[in-house]
Amino acid sequence: MSERLTVRKTYKLFIGGAFPRSESGRSYVVNDGRGAFLANASQASRKDVRDAVGAARKAFGGWSGRTAHNRGQILYRIAEMLEGRRAQFVDELRATGLGKSAASDEVDAAVDRWVWYAGWTDKIAAVAGSANPVSGPFFNFSTPEPVGVVGVVAPDAPLLGLVSVLAPVVATGGTAVVVASEPAPLPAITLAEVLATSDLPGGVVNLLTGRRDELAPWLASHMDVDAIDLAGVPADGVAALEEAAAGNLKRVLRPAGDDWSGEPGTARLTAFLETKTVWHPVGV
Amino acid sequence: MDFEYAPAPESRSVVDIRPSYGLFIDGAFTDGHGEPFKTIEPASEDTLAEIATADGADVDRAVAAARAAFENVWGPMPGRERAKYLFRIARIVQERARELAVLESIDNGKPIRESRDVDVPLAAAHFFYYAGWADKLGHAGFGADPRPLGVAGQVIPWNFPLLMLAWKIAPALACGNTVVLKPAETTPLTALLFADICRQAELPPGVVNIVTGAGETGRLLVAHPGVDKVAFTGSTDVGRQIARSVAGTDKRLTLELGGKAANIVFDDAPLDQAVEGIVNGIFFNQGHVCCAGSRLLVQESVADELLERLKARMATLRVGDPLDKNTDVGAINSAEQLAKIRELSQAGEDEGAERWAPDCALPQRGFWFAPTVFTGVAQSHRIAREEIFGPVLSVLTFRTPAEAVEKANNTPYGLSAGVWTEKGSRILWTAERLRAGVVWANTFNKFDPASPFGGYKESGHGREGGRHGLEAYLNV
Repeated sequence: MSERLTVRKTYKLFIGGAFPRSESGRSYVVNDGRGAFLANASQASRKDVRDAVGAARKAFGGWSGRTAHNRGQILYRIAEMLEGRRAQFVDELRATGLGKSAASDEVDAAVDRWVWYAGWTDKIAAVAGSANPVSGPFFNFSTPEPVGVVGVVAPDAPLLGLVSVLAPVVATGGTAVVVASEPAPLPAITLAEVLATSDLPGGVVNLLTGRRDELAPWLASHMDVDAIDLAGVPADGVAALEEAAAGNLKRVLRPAGDDWSGEPGTARLTAFLETKTVWHPVGV
Repeated sequence: MDFEYAPAPESRSVVDIRPSYGLFIDGAFTDGHGEPFKTIEPASEDTLAEIATADGADVDRAVAAARAAFENVWGPMPGRERAKYLFRIARIVQERARELAVLESIDNGKPIRESRDVDVPLAAAHFFYYAGWADKLGHAGFGADPRPLGVAGQVIPWNFPLLMLAWKIAPALACGNTVVLKPAETTPLTALLFADICRQAELPPGVVNIVTGAGETGRLLVAHPGVDKVAFTGSTDVGRQIARSVAGTDKRLTLELGGKAANIVFDDAPLDQAVEGIVNGIFFNQGHVCCAGSRLLVQESVADELLERLKARMATLRVGDPLDKNTDVGAINSAEQLAKIRELSQAGEDEGAERWAPDCALPQRGFWFAPTVFTGVAQSHRIAREEIFGPVLSVLTFRTPAEAVEKANNTPYGLSAGVWTEKGSRILWTAERLRAGVVWANTFNKFDPASPFGGYKESGHGREGGRHGLEAYLNV
């Protein structure tokens, strides 16, 4: 009897709710922690970035228009789906070189992070907004709104780091184009399978794999991206991307050497919010 | 109707303009080492004073003074003590309000009614408001003990010279930072008078430093390695250059930049109130307002009637002597700005929009531009896309609320917008969809220290005013 041959997964991109290959037809080899072949990941191109931004822009109105409660339900659903696939993610993380308990801890933390942000969706406006006591007969209130399309250069912690930078963007109604970790892109694409089965509308999250040096500059300079998170950019790459981001005055979140296992706080939520202040006269 | 008024000029005797001014560094006026420049009165083109230019070494001295004050005095000082200095400053601004208002109108060209009733009272209120925050920062939602950033380099524009100074300095100082501020080249005088207010308040030397000069001084300041925080109000082009210049550094940045605000009038709006709001939106401060309602979007069914009333109202606007208490529209701030307004207005005509201005006599000397409205404006016209920063209104029409929102958002800017309708649900529906940082519903151009102000998109990052305005000056 011959041993059964495994059916391998083709790792593709995640754009607009679909799983296309890179339009460039390129792929790159991903090895495991010991240097053995794991898979050929898609190597996304500039045009894939543009397609992903287009999908994110298209999804923005609908997603930001959902009720905060509904977004919370969907983020919680993501946590549920991720929990259900614990074993698969532990295996994928172990393949990147993590030990068994470290991999298991990271998956637990990633699930919990979705739960944390699921609970924030309908609270952040109460914490970050205000009714303002102006000196005159006006009602005046400030409320946070999502900035729009956010480019995310994800850190190399392939699951927890990714979830930690992605969840706050979508929790408040923003949409995301993510460049996944270059050396360990596979958990990102598996996470896309979770997102695709969680009632998250297509285009809210778009995931690209490939060369960070190639993709990040296109994301930073794209005129229809409103903000960029440089979490995964090495220190020597920040200046050029920040300069490119100035073209349309993107909001830039610089890398801060975050410890992804710590309590997240609200800083990443508020980084991609705009404050809108509305005035109206009071009278009879 | 006859709208003749007797002249009612405010006296200039309350101000004492010196023939020349130095830089205010470390609590004293010192010489600048760049080529001095002249500040002129826009209403007469007369030279008011010669002003020092700070060169690189001067900026170094100012930043060093601010650093020393931050480390030795202002940073370690308890918040309740900082608060009392800011309350003192607010009080002195109130005490010297007439002097500040007259000086502002002379140097800027804005009507005295506005500098007296808007700019100066709001500046005082801003200091008073942020004074109260200085010992309550732990309650502001940024953690139990949020820390200041250090030295703030601040560059402000010429349209609201003293008020923008207050917007910059008050929150910075309340949070425990020290500042080096560069006022605009054409309007340095009230900032230099503010230096005297700091002296009267016995503010420790180096906490506030004022360096004057043109764009180069501003560049030296924002690029200075000793600056921890850059705050800029001005044009989007300069804002972009500043964003590039701080790229890759640890400097924090807030930018309050240009705008091309839509002022949307629905068919059920109270038209006379809307006309007042439109006039206030675009002719307030000669239209030198980043959040000016420069694009009027009017529902087609009421467009003719609204425009008729608007033109009738515009015909009653009094353009002239900024120091006359009856003046509605003062002088354009500079020859350069006047040339820009003329150039864009010419482009409006050349691109096919129809130009109208009331018949109004403009003074012979000085920089003047009559309130002007363009009708038949298309979204592609330069006067619908570019910030004119003058008393020029572009009128577009729409049929449905969705079309109004789409046209309003069809701009790279996102600073402000106006909505006029009697229907509450339509106000909220529209406000929710406008990509702008401030939405005035059935009002326009209202400002308050408790109210956050700032833009979406290319109108800048960050907010000034209110609790939100603290974030820009705290290490959070």
